[in-house]
Amino acid sequence: MKARVKNIICIRCPRGCKVAIKSKNNKIQSITGNACPLGIEYAREEFIDPKRILPTTVKVINGELPLVPVKTEKGIPKDLLFEAMKEIAELEVKAPVKIGQVIIKNLIGTGVRLIATRNINRSN
Amino acid sequence: MNLNCDLAIIGAGPAGLSVALEARKNGIENILILERDRYLGGILPQCIHNGFGLHYFREELTGPEYADRFISQIMWNHIEVKTETMVIKITPEKEIIALNPKDGLLNIRPRAIALAMGCRERTREAIRIPGSRPAGIFSAGTAQRYINIEGYIPGRKIVILGSGDIGMIMARRFALEGAKVKMVLEIMPYTTGLIRNKVQCLDDFNIPLRFNYTIVRIEGEKRVEKVVISRVDKNLIAIPNTEEIILCDTILFSVGLIPENELSLEMGIQLSPVTGGAIVNENRETGIKGIFACGNVLHVHDLVDFVSEEGEIVGRAVSKYLNQKTKYRSHTINLVPSNPISYVIPQHIDYIDSERKKIKLFMRVQKPIEKANIIFQDEKRNTIISYTKKMLTPGEMISLYLPEKLIQKDIKILNISIKEVNQE
Repeated sequence: MKARVKNIICIRCPRGCKVAIKSKNNKIQSITGNACPLGIEYAREEFIDPKRILPTTVKVINGELPLVPVKTEKGIPKDLLFEAMKEIAELEVKAPVKIGQVIIKNLIGTGVRLIATRNINRSN
Repeated sequence: MNLNCDLAIIGAGPAGLSVALEARKNGIENILILERDRYLGGILPQCIHNGFGLHYFREELTGPEYADRFISQIMWNHIEVKTETMVIKITPEKEIIALNPKDGLLNIRPRAIALAMGCRERTREAIRIPGSRPAGIFSAGTAQRYINIEGYIPGRKIVILGSGDIGMIMARRFALEGAKVKMVLEIMPYTTGLIRNKVQCLDDFNIPLRFNYTIVRIEGEKRVEKVVISRVDKNLIAIPNTEEIILCDTILFSVGLIPENELSLEMGIQLSPVTGGAIVNENRETGIKGIFACGNVLHVHDLVDFVSEEGEIVGRAVSKYLNQKTKYRSHTINLVPSNPISYVIPQHIDYIDSERKKIKLFMRVQKPIEKANIIFQDEKRNTIISYTKKMLTPGEMISLYLPEKLIQKDIKILNISIKEVNQE
């Protein structure tokens, strides 16, 4: 029987609520300190499987700019960020790239899509 | 080339774009946006991280996505934009002189002007750090542009001075790209950026953040080789014998932003020494009638969402101004903040407006305060309204509405103060 309190700061919005997660035997007993429902969701996820959205860039061929910014459509497990970066580093996409275009359907087996976040035209 | 228009907007960042769209919504047809860069969106396209739009769009977007929402609306509404266009002078009579490679010299005569030039970063020189002048010293925003737009990494072993948002976000960006971020130093005893960025950018990557520390010397022959850091006392003066040497090849400065107001100064607009931006009324109108200011050129915001909101205030105000729908109060009301509030925008209220129900105020505090009442009082110290806030920090701008009906006709001063609520 191990009772624990884990204090975290919710990062779902800029407000930065201090949230306390009380748990017993690795099971959440209560979540307090959040100002909105997002805090509950975040705290639960942070307790079980912390996830982060990964924003980065991908190389563009024949683009008016050399890179297109991308992001994971949802959070991916925090521990896999560097592995994801390695896979993304190998990529190249051809211009034009459209905002929202799927760059990878299943990033390192997480089931999460990597999408473009900006339009990049072909270079003239 | 001579041009006339109803509204000229200087800058196509989030502030300028939002002014344009809101002015168009309010019936202003002839709008011209002048932008010095090749692209629209201002700084947003290089801010590839998520965290934008939670207030404004109620969803989390990256910088380029946030910008695209506005840019596509600008295109859709056929609002004219001149890119690669540098405004070199604006006269108090609202004559704009600008240059671009296509049209050459432009002479623009708008009926109203919205200043939306944004801000720039403070540099090493601005905070006077001595030492040699090798390569490898960047402002955080410059490094951001190199990595996110141009596509190369400016260094491998990084020390960051200043825990502003851009600094912390760049710490994560460097870490993700495989560089070693040795530490972030903050001269104050608290972070100047958002708490969430400390969590997701520093804590997540085990990047140490040292409070009450600064860089006292930079050393290096051609490239940065090391920095000497030191603890500071209460007066932010380096404490002797607390010096440490940190080996690194790159230093980033994230030490604050300055509104870019050279054009405003030259045309004689009065600036506030606290915000570095124009002194404005509730319409965000400067001391010159028909010239408005919003976004980071007015005061440095921490969230783009509030910049967009401020742009909308100006968009509506321009429409009222051009349609001659503004009506002066018998007295101007001066908004007077007292310690620890460092400033309030607007600085004064000039108009009577039966259509509006509330006036949007932005303010900032000098030090963190847990649980406080923000109190509005008239000149006789009668309380008009009070707001309770859970947490106030210098890094997070406070946004409040002042209900129009609470503002008495004969009032001349609104005192704004903060009272700490004692915790049990």
